[in-house]
Amino acid sequence: MVHSQAVTEVIIMNKKLYGYTALFDTPDGIMAAAKKTADDGFTKFDVNTPYPVHGIDKAMKIRPSKLGFITLFFGLLGGALAILFMYWTMSVDYPMVIGGKPFFALPAFGPVTFEVIVLTATLSTVAAMIALFFYLPQNNHPLHDTDYMKTVSSDKYGLCIEAEDPLFDEKKVQTFLSAAGGKNITPVYNPEPVKYPLLQPKFLAVLAIIALSVSGATYFTLNKLMYMTPFNWMSEQEKLTPQRTYWLFEDGYGMRAPVQGSVARGFIPYPFRDQSVLEEGGLANPLLATEEVLTLGKNKYNTFCSPCHGNHGDGDSRLRGQFPNPPSLHTPRAREWSDGQIYHVLTVGQNVMASYEPYTTREERWAIVHYIRALQRAKNASDADIQLVRSDNNAR
Amino acid sequence: MNAVDYTKEPPVVEGHPALADIDEMVARPLDERPTKKFYIALSITLTMLLIGAVSLGYTLFYGIGMWGNNQPVGWGFDIINFVFWVGIGHAGTLISAILFLLRQKWRTGIARFAEAMTIFAVMTAGLFPLIHTGRVWLAGYLFPYPNQHHLWVNFTSPLVWDVFAVSTYLTVSFVFWYVGLIPDFATLRDRTKSTVKKVIYSVCSLGWRHSARHWQHYEKAYMLLAGFATPLVLSVHTIVSFDFAISIIPGWHTTIFPPYFVAGAIFSGFAMVVKVLIFVRKVFDLENIITINHFEKMNKIILATGLMVGYAYAMEFFIAWYSGVNAELFVFINRAMGPYAWAYWIMVSCNVVFPQLFWFKKIRRSIPAMFVIALLVNVGMWFERFVIIVTSLHRDFLPSSWGMYIPTLTDFGILIGSFGLFFTLLLLFTKTLPVVSISEVKAGVDGSQPSRHGGDNHE
Repeated sequence: MVHSQAVTEVIIMNKKLYGYTALFDTPDGIMAAAKKTADDGFTKFDVNTPYPVHGIDKAMKIRPSKLGFITLFFGLLGGALAILFMYWTMSVDYPMVIGGKPFFALPAFGPVTFEVIVLTATLSTVAAMIALFFYLPQNNHPLHDTDYMKTVSSDKYGLCIEAEDPLFDEKKVQTFLSAAGGKNITPVYNPEPVKYPLLQPKFLAVLAIIALSVSGATYFTLNKLMYMTPFNWMSEQEKLTPQRTYWLFEDGYGMRAPVQGSVARGFIPYPFRDQSVLEEGGLANPLLATEEVLTLGKNKYNTFCSPCHGNHGDGDSRLRGQFPNPPSLHTPRAREWSDGQIYHVLTVGQNVMASYEPYTTREERWAIVHYIRALQRAKNASDADIQLVRSDNNAR
Repeated sequence: MNAVDYTKEPPVVEGHPALADIDEMVARPLDERPTKKFYIALSITLTMLLIGAVSLGYTLFYGIGMWGNNQPVGWGFDIINFVFWVGIGHAGTLISAILFLLRQKWRTGIARFAEAMTIFAVMTAGLFPLIHTGRVWLAGYLFPYPNQHHLWVNFTSPLVWDVFAVSTYLTVSFVFWYVGLIPDFATLRDRTKSTVKKVIYSVCSLGWRHSARHWQHYEKAYMLLAGFATPLVLSVHTIVSFDFAISIIPGWHTTIFPPYFVAGAIFSGFAMVVKVLIFVRKVFDLENIITINHFEKMNKIILATGLMVGYAYAMEFFIAWYSGVNAELFVFINRAMGPYAWAYWIMVSCNVVFPQLFWFKKIRRSIPAMFVIALLVNVGMWFERFVIIVTSLHRDFLPSSWGMYIPTLTDFGILIGSFGLFFTLLLLFTKTLPVVSISEVKAGVDGSQPSRHGGDNHE
C-alpha cells in the first residue's frame, strides 16, 4: 500500500478523487476551520485529530451521539431476559426448594440480573459503536497510509473535504482550505477497488477451516468436556458383583466360591436326596401339632397340594384331567407312611410330582405333613374320635 | 519539594512535552529490544510461575488433598488468594472508571496501566475458584447450559453470583481496556516501520482514523462504559463478600461485609498500583507523565480507604459484643487472642497503623517510604483474608469440631505462582502495548484543547 511519490503520480490518473486534506497546527486553528467549513454548507467533511478536541462536534454541527439508546435498549433487554431465564429454570423447568426460598426468589436473582444488564449493555454499546456507527473494521479507507493520516495520528489537526460533497469543486476547495489557514493541502485518491470473487479457493478453504474448528470445538465441549455423565451411581458401584472379572484372583472371577463345607443361613442341606423312598425312622416331625401349626399347614396344603390332591386329599384333582390325577392320600400305604416319608416326597418329589422345596420352607413342609395326618384321621375317624369332637364342640 | 501548592490543580503532564514527544516517550519501549534487566525480571517471574505450575500440577494429579484444607477449615489459601487478587484488580477500575466520572484528570497517566493490572489480577483470581473445585476441567458446569440432565445452576447461590460477577468483570474490564487502546493502536500503526507490527497494529486498530465524527461517539461510549464499570466494580467485591456474609458462620454473617470488602479491595489495589508504577516510571522514563503528584494522590486514597478498613475492624468487634451472641463474641476474641493472633495483629498493624504515616506530606511524597508502606498494606490485606477465612472456620459453634489450619508447601507454591503469573503478564504488557494512554495524555497536555475563543460554543 505504501507507494513512492513518483509511482503514486502515475497511478493517480486512473483513480477517483476521494477529497482534499489540509493540516492545522493548533486546536484553535482546526476549530475555526471546522466551524467555517460547516458554516459554508459543506456536509461531507471530516476532522481528524490525535485526541478528542472539545467542542469540535458543535463547530462541525454534528448531532449528539445516539449511542445511549442502544445501551438502554440492550441493557433492559438483557436484564429482562435474565429474570425470565431464571424464572423459567428455577420455577418451571426444574423447580426445587432451596434454603426455603420461593421458586421465584426475586431478591436472590438481583445480583445475576445486574451482572447480565452490565454485560449486555457494555458489549452491545461497543459492538454497535464499532460496527454500526463507525463501519469498522475498515483498513482500506483512502485516508489510510497517507502522510496526512500519519501526521494527524501524532501531533497535527487535519480537515478533509470529500469529493462526494454536493458543493465540492477542486479549485474552490483548494482556495477555501488555504484561506482557512490549512497547510499541506493535498488530494487523496480512492484506492483501486479490489474485487474479491466469492468462490476463490483460499476463501473457501478459510470458511472450511472455520466451520471445522467451530463445529469440532463445539462437539468437544458439549460431548466430551462438559458432558455430564448419567447419575448411575446406584447401579454402577465400585464393588465386585457376581459375573464380574477381577485380575487379583487366579481364576479371574470376581465371584468367590464359599469355603468348603460352609452352609448358608437357613439352608441346612437335605442328606436323603438320593433315596426314592425314605427309609423308616429316617426323620421325625420336629413340630408339635398345635392349632397354629395346623393352620399354617392347612394354608400351604390348600395352596400347593390341593390343586392335584383335592381339598381333602381324595385325589380328586381340580385340573379336570389336564394332568394325571394323583392317588388318594387315604390309601393304607399313605396312612402307614411315617411323617418323615411324606416329608421326603414333598422335598424331593415322586413320580410326576415335582419337588416343593423351592416354594416352601422346612417348617411349612412339616406343617403340611401334620395337616395331611389330620385329614387322614378325619377321613378314617374311629368312634372315639367322634366322641372327642362332639365333647369338644359341647365344651365350646 | 515541600512547596506544593494544593490550591491549584497540578499539570497532568510535567515539562510541557510536544505531542509528538509523547508518542515517542510511550512507544519507545515497544520499539526497542528488551534490555538485560527485562530478561532478568522476566526470568524471576517465570521461575515463580513455574513453581506455581508444578504445585498446580501436583494438585491436579493427586487432588486437593495436597493442600492444608481440612475439616473444619474447608477454605484455605485457594479462597484467600482469590479474594486477595480480585481486590487487587479493583484499583484499576476505580482509576479508569470512577475517577473518570469524577473528572479527575490526573488519572490519565496511570489509567491504562491500572486497567491492565485489573485484567491480569482478575485472570489470576479467576484461577483459584476453579482449582478450588478440584476438577478444573469440569468448570463449565458453573454456567447454565443445556445439559443431559436438564439441570440448571442454582441462581440463588452466592457462589453462582460470583461466577457471573467475576466473568462479567473480566469481560467488561477487557472491553473497556481495548476500547481505550484503539486510538493508540492507530497511532502506533502510523508510526511503526516494521511490516509485521504494522499488520498487527492495523488489525487491532480496526482501521481507526482519529475522525472527529468517531471521537464524538467514542467519548460517549467511554462515558457509558465508565458509568457501568463503576457499579460493576462495587458489585463484584460486594458479591465476593456475599460468599461469606450469606452463610451463618460467626465472623462472616455480618452486614458490614460488602462496604468493608470494597474499601479493602481499593486499599490493596492502590497499594499494588503504587508499587508497580514506581518501577514502571523509572524503567521507562515516564517521570513526566506519572509524576510524584500522582503518587501523592494515590497515597491519599490509600490513607482514606485504610481508615475505612480500620473502622470496619473496630465496628466488627463492637457489633460482636453489642449483638450479645456468644459465638460471635468468641470468634472475635479468638481472632485477637487465639492461636492465630499473630495473623490478626499483622493485619491490624499493616492495614491500620502504618498507613497513618501518610498523614505526613514528606512520607506521602517519598518514593522509598511509600514503597515500603504499600508493600506492608498488601501483606496486611492478604492476612486480612487469612484472618477472616481461617479464624472463622477453625473454631465455630461446636468445640468438638475445632481444628487448626496449616498450609502445605503446595499451597505456598501456588501462592508464589499466582504472583509469577501476574507479574509475567505485567512485564509482557510493558513491552507489547503502550503502558500510558497516548490519546488521553495528549488531550490533557496544557494547550491541547482550544482556548475559550477558538471554538465559540464549547463547554
